[in-house]
Amino acid sequence: MAVFKMPSLGADMEAGKLVEWLVKPGDTVKHGDIVAVVETQKGAIEIEVFEDGVVEKLVAELGQDLPVGAPLAVIKAPGEASAETSEAAPPVAPQSPTEPVEPEVWMEPPSAPPPATPSGIAASPAAKARAAELGVALESLTGSGPGGAIVLADVETTRPAATPSPAEDRGAYIAEMRKAIAAAMARSKREIPHYYVTHTVDLSAASDWLSAANANRPPEERILMGALLMKAMALAAREEKAVNGHFGEDGFTPSPAVHLGLAIALRGGGLVAPAILDADKKSLQDLMEAMRDLTMRARAGRLKSSEMSMATLTFSALGESGVEAMAGIIVPPQVAIVTAGAPGPQALVRDGKVVAAQAVTLTLAADHRVSDGRLGSKFLTAIDAKLQTPEEL
Amino acid sequence: MTEDEIRRAYIEELVRVAPDLDPAEIAGSDHLQDDLELDSMDILNLVIALDKRFGVEIAEAEYPQIATPDLAAGFLASRM
Repeated sequence: MAVFKMPSLGADMEAGKLVEWLVKPGDTVKHGDIVAVVETQKGAIEIEVFEDGVVEKLVAELGQDLPVGAPLAVIKAPGEASAETSEAAPPVAPQSPTEPVEPEVWMEPPSAPPPATPSGIAASPAAKARAAELGVALESLTGSGPGGAIVLADVETTRPAATPSPAEDRGAYIAEMRKAIAAAMARSKREIPHYYVTHTVDLSAASDWLSAANANRPPEERILMGALLMKAMALAAREEKAVNGHFGEDGFTPSPAVHLGLAIALRGGGLVAPAILDADKKSLQDLMEAMRDLTMRARAGRLKSSEMSMATLTFSALGESGVEAMAGIIVPPQVAIVTAGAPGPQALVRDGKVVAAQAVTLTLAADHRVSDGRLGSKFLTAIDAKLQTPEEL
Repeated sequence: MTEDEIRRAYIEELVRVAPDLDPAEIAGSDHLQDDLELDSMDILNLVIALDKRFGVEIAEAEYPQIATPDLAAGFLASRM
């Protein structure tokens, strides 16, 4: 019997609001299933479960603001007998809640059983409520939840594009996100002794290879320079383990896997950095697909809990236009971030002569408790070397 | 399709790619990167969407031709 708790979805999260359950008591769940949606300062996050079992009881109610560590549900292992939920779900002390939470509320069952589903259509309570609010018939929707169940996102997609959220809601959301970013970055600068190394990479070979590769591809198969940079970085991180992992109470733990966080700017001033899991093992095409998928879902506010909590190293790029270089701030508990300025023609020296060539300036910010400038230098040099043979990425 | 219809369809696809944009706030002269803050991934996704919707394949060198709704309406009309 395990208590499924509100996960930490990043160093800047203290609490989240439960907005949707995608499971009910009696449902079988397995590792990786999305069981709930939690609204945070970084948008709505789909919460995954990390064990197999059967949902014994939903402890948290929809609409509750719950601190990290608060019980959400009780899940019994396969074959395990049911237990009294009052014994199985002890209240957990909240960790730094932003607002007082009444612990006894966690122990109560959902306030009311879900209303009967029209025409036997499976739909989450939040989806039903939103559909009623918008006047959308559930029968007209296609469900994307477990077993084809209609979830909140399916209802939201029916909203015509001409009726966006009010601007003031967007402003408030961005303001909250800025607070979260400020808290995490202030903590990072306070606790992590950053050092920086910068290196300009000649992108001639990578640009030429990419132009030739994309020329004969339909748009959906084209690859961006960002994918080459990320793949080169992921491969280099496999070699320089001191930049890839987490720093906790017991010090640094290198990660055997490279889960590369990708900083995605949201219009209006927000920023999220969800992870592409096992980025080093993906082909360039698969990495592009993962980047596209992540960007789209970040914009729509539908990221997964694993993506928000598992990054081992972060990449942040200014994009096609902008200044030459940018120095990043490490996202705790990670120990390094690589930032890329805008790629463009720069004056490089080749064979003693100054030439104009396509180049990008990379800057590594790394945790001095774990590594030093010599290692950081090796890491950026390794990224450079991999970009000189793009066909091998 | 008229250029107005193409412009409306372009903005529909643009908002589908970037749902945090408000279609009512997008002007015909708004630049995808400079005004609407799209990044290279957003623009590639828009190119894919326009290809599917209009049957017009846009080469990388032609991306500047769809950089604003007004430019795109003229460019797409000429290719359809």
